[in-house]
Amino acid sequence: MIKVNNIYKSFGDKEVLHDISVTFEQGKTNLVLGQSGSGKTILMRICTGLLEPNSGDVYFNDRRFSNLPESKRRDIRREMGVLFQGGALFDSMNVEENVMFPLNMFTRLSRGEKLDRVNFCLKRVNLENSNKLRTNELSGGMMKRVAIARAIANNPKYLFCDEPNSGLDPKTSELIDALISEITEEYNITTIINTHDMNSVMKIGQHINFLYKGQLWWKGDKNSILTTDNNELREFVFATELTRRLR
Amino acid sequence: MLRKIGDYVILMWQALRRPPKFSVFMRQLVREFYSLGVTSFLIVAILSVFVGAVAAILVAYNIDSPLIPDKMIGFVTRQMVIQEFSPTIICIILAGKLGSQIASEIGTMRVTQQIDALQVMGINAANYLIMPKIIACLLFIPVLIVFSIFLGIYGGYVACDVLSIISTEDYVIGLRSWFDPWMLTFAMIKTLVFSFIIASVSSYIGYNVEGGSVEVGRASTNGVVYSSILIILFDLILTQMLLS
Ligand SMILES: Nc1ncnc2c1ncn2[C@@H]1O[C@H](COP(=O)(O)OP(=O)(O)OP(=O)(O)O)[C@@H](O)[C@H]1O
Ligand SMILES: [Mg+2]
Repeated sequence: MIKVNNIYKSFGDKEVLHDISVTFEQGKTNLVLGQSGSGKTILMRICTGLLEPNSGDVYFNDRRFSNLPESKRRDIRREMGVLFQGGALFDSMNVEENVMFPLNMFTRLSRGEKLDRVNFCLKRVNLENSNKLRTNELSGGMMKRVAIARAIANNPKYLFCDEPNSGLDPKTSELIDALISEITEEYNITTIINTHDMNSVMKIGQHINFLYKGQLWWKGDKNSILTTDNNELREFVFATELTRRLR
Repeated sequence: MLRKIGDYVILMWQALRRPPKFSVFMRQLVREFYSLGVTSFLIVAILSVFVGAVAAILVAYNIDSPLIPDKMIGFVTRQMVIQEFSPTIICIILAGKLGSQIASEIGTMRVTQQIDALQVMGINAANYLIMPKIIACLLFIPVLIVFSIFLGIYGGYVACDVLSIISTEDYVIGLRSWFDPWMLTFAMIKTLVFSFIIASVSSYIGYNVEGGSVEVGRASTNGVVYSSILIILFDLILTQMLLS
């Protein structure tokens, strides 16, 4: 469980997050939904310690994480997996080395044990036998899957995914969504997913937090989101022709 | 400006510490040796021979007087190659190659969030990425420069031989005259300072890229420009400090 308390963040005099308090639950896929520029990535960067909030705190199972020196964060960091918006695979390494990287950094396993774990993770994302491929030989969907394999390599308790299916075709993005939610339930992970994709919402939206212009505007699940009377959210949900017809 | 110098010092402070996992560091170092050092051998070899030859020809052309013995040509060529051509000119050429390579590599890692990915894993990205590059440059560039000194002097020899400027015996006698070992120390001190400048300045520029591929391109150019300017500046400072 991750608790975010009263986060404020501004760049110069531009406020991008205003008083955000939210709880992300364990074993669930927690969605952060919002338009482009609403502050999703900034919130995730604060939760993962890449940015400091101007005020407010982040707790991982009651352990404070924000505003601590890097040396005190290490224990939580090793329980954390992050899937970046563009994958962020290390392009000087092949697939296997990428997935093995967190194991090299955090564990003292033998090479054979690490390789077993890598193969297990690659199998989990349906990429067996691609160990030796270079990152420039991968398609966008494969990159995302390798990135997922790297994020789960060290058995994280917390998984952050920034727009896991942006830029993918509908079928592949469903696969990725299904994969993330399966892993979440299987290993009881606290998963946070940034998205603006209504497809994902309808599929894995157990807990939805809607950000609007840097504020937490609405909380709910995939059933209540269709019947909401919140204007900004309705505008977002029924923005496409397809969803309007569904209504 | 002052702020940038401050940022640079902080970055170096983070980068230059004991790596947490020595095996990981060694692997990175070997990789850098290859990508920065080995690939530079050919260009350094070609340039050194030609620069040495040109130096000998120019010296011969300028001191064309019966009062000055022929061996002076060998002597002056040697001094020029050791004191200035190899350490400074070759380092500026290397700044062009390595500076852009380092700045664009680190800059790309920044804009594609690879550096974020390292930091999220609690890795000191500056230490992990920059330290191996600095160490590789500090170890490899001096080797390249010694190599370049020999080839430069050899270039002068070839020029004397092929163009029959003076006899090669006179050239060799000139090479062996008035030899002061301090000159080599001086060249090595300059080389070490310049190596550090090339690696650290272009790393700093790459590390602080914001934006996309356009900014990476700009950083790559800036890496070359700033390291070259600083090399010239420190050339002046060190020459004044160490030779007067
Ligand atoms: N370094 C920065 N300096 C100033 N403003 C910034 C900076 N980074 C982000 N912002 C601003 O913060 C706001 C939120 O950005 P953020 O990246 O969180 O959006 P997002 O919800 O992730 O959008 P998208 O769906 O497009 O990824 C934007 O208006 C952006 O302009
Ligand atoms: Mg974003």
